[in-house]
Amino acid sequence: MTVVYSAPVPAQTCAPETADRRDVLKQRGQHEVFCGLTSIMWLHRKMQDAFFLIVGSRTCAHLMQSAAGVMIFAEPRFATAIIDERDLAGMADMNEELDKVVTRLLTRRSDIKLLVLVGSCPSEVIKLDLPRAASRLNGEHSPVCRVMAYSGSGIETTFTQGEDNFLAALVADMPAEAPGAPASLVVVGALGDVVEDQMMRVFDGLGVGPVRFLPSRSSTTLPPVGPNTRFILAQPWVGTCAQALERRGATRISAPFPLGEEGSTAWYSAIADSFGVPQAKFDAITGPGRERARRAVERYRPVLEGKSVFLFPDSQLEPSLARFLSRELSTSIVEIGTPYLNRDVVGPELAMMPDSVRVSEGQDVERQIDRVESDNPDLIICGMGLGNPFEAQGRSTKWSIEFVFTPIQGYEQAGDLAELIARPLMRRSLLKVGT
Amino acid sequence: MELTVWTYEGPPHVGAMRIANSMRDVHFVLHAPQGDTYADLLFTMIERNKKRPPVTYTTFQARDLSGDTAEIFKIAAREAVERFKPQALLVGASCTAELIQDDPGGLAKALGLNVPVVPLELPSYQKKENWGAAETFYRLVRAFAGGAGKPDVAPEQASCNILGPSSLGFRNRDDILEVKKIVEALGIRINTIAPLGASPADLARIPQANFNIVLYPEIADNAARWLKRQFGQEMVATTPIGVGATQDFIKAVAEAAGVDVPASLVESGAERLSWYSRSIDSNYLTGKRVFIFGDATHAVAAARIASEELGFKVCGLGTYSREFARDVREAAAKYGVEPLISDNHLDVEDAIIAAQPELVLGTQMERHAAKRLRIPCAVISSPVHVQDFPARYSPQMGFEGANVIFDSWVHPLMMGLEEHLLQMFRGDFEFNDDAGSSHLGHGHGGPAANANAATDVAEEQATAHAEPVAAVADGDPSWTQDAERELRKIPFFVRGKARRNTESYAAQNGLNPITIETLYDAKAHFGR
Repeated sequence: MTVVYSAPVPAQTCAPETADRRDVLKQRGQHEVFCGLTSIMWLHRKMQDAFFLIVGSRTCAHLMQSAAGVMIFAEPRFATAIIDERDLAGMADMNEELDKVVTRLLTRRSDIKLLVLVGSCPSEVIKLDLPRAASRLNGEHSPVCRVMAYSGSGIETTFTQGEDNFLAALVADMPAEAPGAPASLVVVGALGDVVEDQMMRVFDGLGVGPVRFLPSRSSTTLPPVGPNTRFILAQPWVGTCAQALERRGATRISAPFPLGEEGSTAWYSAIADSFGVPQAKFDAITGPGRERARRAVERYRPVLEGKSVFLFPDSQLEPSLARFLSRELSTSIVEIGTPYLNRDVVGPELAMMPDSVRVSEGQDVERQIDRVESDNPDLIICGMGLGNPFEAQGRSTKWSIEFVFTPIQGYEQAGDLAELIARPLMRRSLLKVGT
Repeated sequence: MELTVWTYEGPPHVGAMRIANSMRDVHFVLHAPQGDTYADLLFTMIERNKKRPPVTYTTFQARDLSGDTAEIFKIAAREAVERFKPQALLVGASCTAELIQDDPGGLAKALGLNVPVVPLELPSYQKKENWGAAETFYRLVRAFAGGAGKPDVAPEQASCNILGPSSLGFRNRDDILEVKKIVEALGIRINTIAPLGASPADLARIPQANFNIVLYPEIADNAARWLKRQFGQEMVATTPIGVGATQDFIKAVAEAAGVDVPASLVESGAERLSWYSRSIDSNYLTGKRVFIFGDATHAVAAARIASEELGFKVCGLGTYSREFARDVREAAAKYGVEPLISDNHLDVEDAIIAAQPELVLGTQMERHAAKRLRIPCAVISSPVHVQDFPARYSPQMGFEGANVIFDSWVHPLMMGLEEHLLQMFRGDFEFNDDAGSSHLGHGHGGPAANANAATDVAEEQATAHAEPVAAVADGDPSWTQDAERELRKIPFFVRGKARRNTESYAAQNGLNPITIETLYDAKAHFGR
């Protein structure tokens, strides 16, 4: 079968140097976003021998069970140590209480190799020193179980920033690479296992290696790091981890994120350049994937072409999603909302977007909803708290959390990503009931 | 400090949100850090509300802590009043804001807003969701009904308020229609229903009614007691869940209103539970062991239905509502079981394993435990999942509620004939443990169809889990191979019980190893 492919004409074009000068809308108001604890939802599935113990309040525990409906796990590898009145009144020594909880937990769960104490809003406000507690507990329980700490509190982190803090804390535990080790690559940011496997096949084809992933699937196989280590971000939210890796001598490879054909090619290409892969080899290895990705994305062009899209802040993936939607599906982006704009990380993405695109950082949700009303977009990408109310007004929405929980990176998922975004519009045209 | 995986109740400010979301023209400004907004999706996702809950969060961040979080609160409150123009403003703090002690009540008062402000004290480190809901409702009722003082004219004799139904309450949406039907059939005027659908102005009219119906004490007991003290309004606290309780409710309401009960109300034929329960098809329900756990109102009501209306045997009864533990203790005494008052779902799971029920009636938590243990289950109480806000009409209260309960409790059970056939033809190639029962959907109590080896996983887990509870272990009795094979001929849903009964019989009589004889001796000793 011959597939005729014509490259999509980007709906919007611009000069790359505009990115840094772009005005960013910043408003202070209600942030309708998850806190960093929520990233435990995927981290505890990714690193299969780690247990995440939130030290917080009943609210934290309630968040964990409400936010993702993950009660399918019989014994999830996360829990909350709920601070109570006795702890706060000083009637109980909080460190002693924490030690008791940890001992009880580790006795019951001998499969845990890494215990992660996760700081929350209350533990941060009362200045409970969890890193110190972790080091005390580590002395007691390692090497059977190592203990570490990071903060996923809502006062410091938004949603995916929880993963960033976790990975940054892991960097300290990464072994030093052997002196004179050959150049190696670390891919940073949790990905679906299937995506990692696909990427490994491309890296093998390119002759790039050794390649390792952070987070690793097990706490005992953290990648070594040192001056001969290069790393690339696979998710835009791991900026703090990137700095930690740089402090250990590793070199960052900068690229757009591997969403869509264009993003994936740019991402692999930056790696290939860094490792001196000849262009012909690069084309030969990535060619079939690129072609498949274009073909798969193309199927959804009729649904999305020319549609206007409004992105609410959620995971920091918003600039990359907007770039994909704009350049590969010819949608028109009205607003890119992002909880935190790390220009160093997403600069290359914004550089590919026209000036006319509004970029907002942080949030005043009421004013942002006002803007939706005046912009009247065809599709809104937003969180679960806002989706149904918009739908009830007759607007089409896509839950943004799915971009974090679904494999969307790389060539083989480019079509899935397009489908995910097109689905609400396709569904709307199917239904002959309601408005 | 307490180790928790799942929790039956959220923090008290979520209870306050439930009241705000139940009502009209009320707005809640919650001093809370970024992230606490997750609670919005309880309403927009689980309850599928078409509107965001009327809550503004201040969502302060770490960098604000060194600055002025109080100022952030004041801006949020002022803007919320301007934007939403509520009749009443609730103000409160979530767990983190409680620690920074900004005093939302005082701040809101100082703002001189042109709207009544009701400040809430929600001690997050002591109390929980239902307490927060009850407290919020009480504060609102006091604020709006209290100002008027006693009504000048005596309340009319045949009018009532219905108090308690709320957002996220288990089937409250439909219960209210059933209760309205009953009250209206008695010729009693309904003055106000609150908090669900009420405005602050409606709350102000509460004293005009003759008496109050308290549908859900978890939410309305505090407020109703205060109304009784303040205005002498009698309380009808009988919860009409089940046929008997509904009849009692009708009597109690009629008495409070001083009206007669029209015969048509009880003889309309709308109630089918009693006949279905008497029909011969239901014979096999006799003595089925049922474990009940939930909020106090639903758990106590379920125990009565199970025992008096379906002929089940209550083998466990408990609640996570410590505030109403007394009611559950009384009921447990009546059914001869040890009451379980706990908000630790692992303790509840252990109690289920120990009780060896054939049916579990519980919350979302027990649904998961029952699924793991492969015991049929029906949900009777919050906390619940999105599927417990069904599209169809499905009340728990009144006669239609009893009909719904009959269906939803009996359907998860294996039907009588099916149970017999399974017992007779255990080796049948398509009619065996692994096939599950024909009427159960995928993953609903039916064993995993994929692996024969997995057949006994739940039972083994059950046995393993049960060890600390059982404490029979005077040296584990061993089973002869023949006895093990015979045990496997017993259907999986009673096999665990048979194993435990046999082992405790063997232990009591010093029999080791367990033979086929021991197995049948134990069967004769314990009966079914």
